[in-house]
Amino acid sequence: MFRKTTITAVVAVVAASWATACGSTSNIGASDTQAAQAGQICGQQAAAKPGYPRAIPKIDGGAKTLSGAGSTFVAPVMSVWTKNYSQTDGVQVAYQSIGSGGGVQQVIAGTVDFGASDTPMKDSELAAAKFGPLLHIPLTLGAVVPTYNVKGVATGLKFDGDTLGKMFAGKITTWNDPALVALNPGTTLPDRPIAVAHRSDGSGTTAVWTDFLTKESPAWVQTLGGPDKSFGKDIAWPVGIGGKGNEGVSGVINQTDGSIGYVELAYALAQNLNYGQVKNKAGNFIQPCVATITAGTQGIAYPPDLRGSLTDGPDPNAYPITGTTYGLVYQNQTNTAKAKALVNFLSWALSTGQDEAASVNYAPMGKDLQSLSLGQVRKITLNGTPIAP
Amino acid sequence: MVQTLTATPGQALSVGRFSDGLFRRLMATAAVSVIAVLAATAIFLLVKAWPSLSHYGTLSFFHARWAPSEATETSSKPNPYGILQFIYGTVVTSLVAMVIAVPVAIAVALYITNLSPALLRGPFSSLVDLLAAIPSVVYGFWGVFALIPVLGPIGRELTSLSGIPVLGWLFQGPFFGYSILAAGVVLAIMVLPIITAICREVFDTAPVAEKEAAFAIGATEWEMLRIAVLPRSRSGIVGASILGLGRAFGETIAVTMLIGNNVLTIPHGLLRAGSTMPSVIANEFTEANQPFHLTSLFVVAFGLLLLSLLVNVIGKRIVGRVSEHIA
Repeated sequence: MFRKTTITAVVAVVAASWATACGSTSNIGASDTQAAQAGQICGQQAAAKPGYPRAIPKIDGGAKTLSGAGSTFVAPVMSVWTKNYSQTDGVQVAYQSIGSGGGVQQVIAGTVDFGASDTPMKDSELAAAKFGPLLHIPLTLGAVVPTYNVKGVATGLKFDGDTLGKMFAGKITTWNDPALVALNPGTTLPDRPIAVAHRSDGSGTTAVWTDFLTKESPAWVQTLGGPDKSFGKDIAWPVGIGGKGNEGVSGVINQTDGSIGYVELAYALAQNLNYGQVKNKAGNFIQPCVATITAGTQGIAYPPDLRGSLTDGPDPNAYPITGTTYGLVYQNQTNTAKAKALVNFLSWALSTGQDEAASVNYAPMGKDLQSLSLGQVRKITLNGTPIAP
Repeated sequence: MVQTLTATPGQALSVGRFSDGLFRRLMATAAVSVIAVLAATAIFLLVKAWPSLSHYGTLSFFHARWAPSEATETSSKPNPYGILQFIYGTVVTSLVAMVIAVPVAIAVALYITNLSPALLRGPFSSLVDLLAAIPSVVYGFWGVFALIPVLGPIGRELTSLSGIPVLGWLFQGPFFGYSILAAGVVLAIMVLPIITAICREVFDTAPVAEKEAAFAIGATEWEMLRIAVLPRSRSGIVGASILGLGRAFGETIAVTMLIGNNVLTIPHGLLRAGSTMPSVIANEFTEANQPFHLTSLFVVAFGLLLLSLLVNVIGKRIVGRVSEHIA
């Protein structure tokens, strides 16, 4: 145990120094500015496997099955986790990806051992929970990326939040708009109308996307009628074509010349869609990839219950449109076997599990968020007594 | 078996009478249960929709802005769940489908019943019927990958008609494929077999003697159809169209895949993205987490039920009147 930890730590240090030493390995529009250089840490494996040690050792006497329900966003990671975890600890975790809303409802009613939601629960939902206070435990990171299909324009177009906001608000309507041209010197953008594609169903992906637009685009906020209406799982889209699910949106984009939409990075890669770089808070254009997503949450200040926003991180390498899926767990458990199994699974997911996220193009959490997450797991009690040693 | 064989005629008869009664009761139960299911569905939808109806007031749903994100637990004015644009989308996509499908269906049915070589009639009829057997999700899939690329250039040409006064409203761009028009075209193909099948039955009932009489006085094939077949088939054609309309009203998945799902308000024209009553339900019910969101979707569902019933009643009346007229 100790030896393994040391080795992984050494590997991590070596890998990290290699990451900082190397310059751009990305093939995206070799920019001459120093700022752009900062963002190009993609294509390196350093961040993919942080090798976090299993900080809470396996507790014996846990149940052999666990049930969870919720977010579809996290479903690809969950399917890898549940398969590998059953081999590690011999516990079967049944996860139903019924959507974040459904996950919240089920955890409120106490019909599952844990829920999973892409957005934090509202105060009113927390108040309705049947078995007392709930913990929010960030599980993994993902990115929402602007994807587009414009004939003759390659992948890696540059966007900033305000331009994206204006496009989705219907204020920028053609691809050769001065704002887009200014962001992409050297790229020939056609005089073609912009077809905006968005989700037609309520979605955590939409919440992450619009959270970023709300922070960066006053035009977006103004069009939607205020920050309370410009951010959320449901949006009163002023323009555009709605597609159901990530696959619906990627379908619209594939079929429509001149389209722009937003999907999870994993979907954009699977569908071979063109996706853009987005300007972050530090002013760099960042390609979304595992390394930049992990960097996305570095240096963000979180509230004690972790119900905060993860977009627009301050790190120079941060991809700015990042989100997490929160595991939702009752703080005080009453079933001994279930409680132990739950702590075992969560601590495994936050350690070994983090190394596996990159295989499905999700990103492991950075050290600061990961330790905050573990802190939440340590708060889980069994009839008032902490479970983790 | 042996028992029945050796039984006296009287016994067999009484068993027959008993089973006769049982049979009648079974049939009656089946008939009543159909009505009961319809009534129960309507009541269920109304009960589920009630929280929204009582919170906002029934009439407040008749405006054209659907914005669940603007709903709050407390405020009831303005009602963020306007449903007029869904009624509009449902009716307009179905009308587009009818405009395309009815003439084609009549032509196909006339050809099959009166003009095609006798050998081809059977295979041709079954092929048209086969269109009805294709699942609607396959139609949607086909629509996205085959129809929309073809519609693209046509639609962009149509946008040049937007300069025409009044009628130009229908053709406002930009056109991106996913639209009321695309949904209407696929619906047309989906309702074609239903309308064709009924028209075929209807045209088949035209008496041979009258057709031959038409030829005897020197009518061409087209004149024969006009004199001997079409007039007495009018009510049948209307009935077929109404049934097709009913099918188009409720069609969900293919429309959802093609219409573009703009729920906010009534789209300008046929070339823009819109939504229908079934499509908004299909899109939103899984994650309907805003205040009164789910119950408002039930309002839409209840409205769809009422609209379908209304169309069928109107259809039946028209069919009734037309047939009286002919008689």
